[in-house]
Amino acid sequence: MSAQLAAAATLSAGTSTGEAVQFWILGTVAVIGALCTVFMKRAVHSALCLAGTMIILAVFYLANGAYFLGVVQIIVYTGAIMMLFLFVVMLVGVTAADSLKETIKGQRWLALASGLGFGILLIGGIGNASVSEFTGLGQANANGNVEGLASLIFTKYVFAFEITGALLITAAVGAMVLTHRERTERARTQRELAEQRVREGKYLPPLPAPGVYARHNAVDIAGLLPDGTPSELTVSKTLRERGQVRDVSTDALDDLKALEQRAEERLERGAVAPATFKRSEEASK
Amino acid sequence: MNPVNYLYLAALLFTIGATGVLIRRNAIVVFMCVELMLNACNLAFVAFSRMHGNLDGQIIAFFTMVVAAAEVVVGLAIIVSLFRSRHSASVDDASLMKL
Repeated sequence: MSAQLAAAATLSAGTSTGEAVQFWILGTVAVIGALCTVFMKRAVHSALCLAGTMIILAVFYLANGAYFLGVVQIIVYTGAIMMLFLFVVMLVGVTAADSLKETIKGQRWLALASGLGFGILLIGGIGNASVSEFTGLGQANANGNVEGLASLIFTKYVFAFEITGALLITAAVGAMVLTHRERTERARTQRELAEQRVREGKYLPPLPAPGVYARHNAVDIAGLLPDGTPSELTVSKTLRERGQVRDVSTDALDDLKALEQRAEERLERGAVAPATFKRSEEASK
Repeated sequence: MNPVNYLYLAALLFTIGATGVLIRRNAIVVFMCVELMLNACNLAFVAFSRMHGNLDGQIIAFFTMVVAAAEVVVGLAIIVSLFRSRHSASVDDASLMKL
């Protein structure tokens, strides 16, 4: 308790040099993380960068004397919400790469310009504020941060707190209603699927294995057709949509070319043959 | 260090998030940018709370977190059901209310 009070006392005294150093280092990292969230191409990378930014914000909350919020930020935001995002990215994200085609002409530049203008407006507005010193939370946190928050939540803000409970229940029910899907028709059996394939005459035998006639049989290497071109059918649909198919169809030809070249160098052909040809040409003159 | 630096950082993060909402077309990333904006507001509230020496700012930030959690649950459910019907998470494809 005495350590807590000491910490509260330092908080009330204003900011220390250590806090300034922490602010500038972690603040830079937070801004970089936020920029990466916006500009990373894959949604998974964006989610991880955002998680990093949120952890840094949690450190800032702790530094500002919001001990409860700092811990809640890590547990609820980084632990629960970002992991929920990652689950949905895994469910959805395989094919969800951003299309780079602009549907509205010049939208990206307009968005960047308006974002810049908004930022200048906001930061200019804050620049006009006359804030010189923290009052500090020493008095408010005197009985502990959690106790202080609790005494406010259950007296002054108790109505908002109860409404929040209703909101959470509504959200849970809403999520269940939105994602629940009633199966209205009977699932087709294997026999019916086979009959459908025969009727449509699409592709009757089982799909070919990956790596047939290629030099490796890894799952991400397409099997080769007799003429040496890779066959899309041999690689699973997920890998194809992620664009993770490795093409080794030209490797065999390249190896052969390298072998021929080495054999020619060994036999000292190539450089010598044109010279003899030239000499014979000169001789004929 | 001037306390206003925390507000500058919050404003910067909010601006980056808002720009991301305008630029990106993947619904999940747009949603993450909204979360970034909410977090920036929370940082400003916590800094205000310390500036004025009372805990009301922290209470507001706490309520923001609760509402954000509810919003994420519903929003991600909408994205999943959109993805089921359209096989894409791009916000451009969802220009019609029905298929």
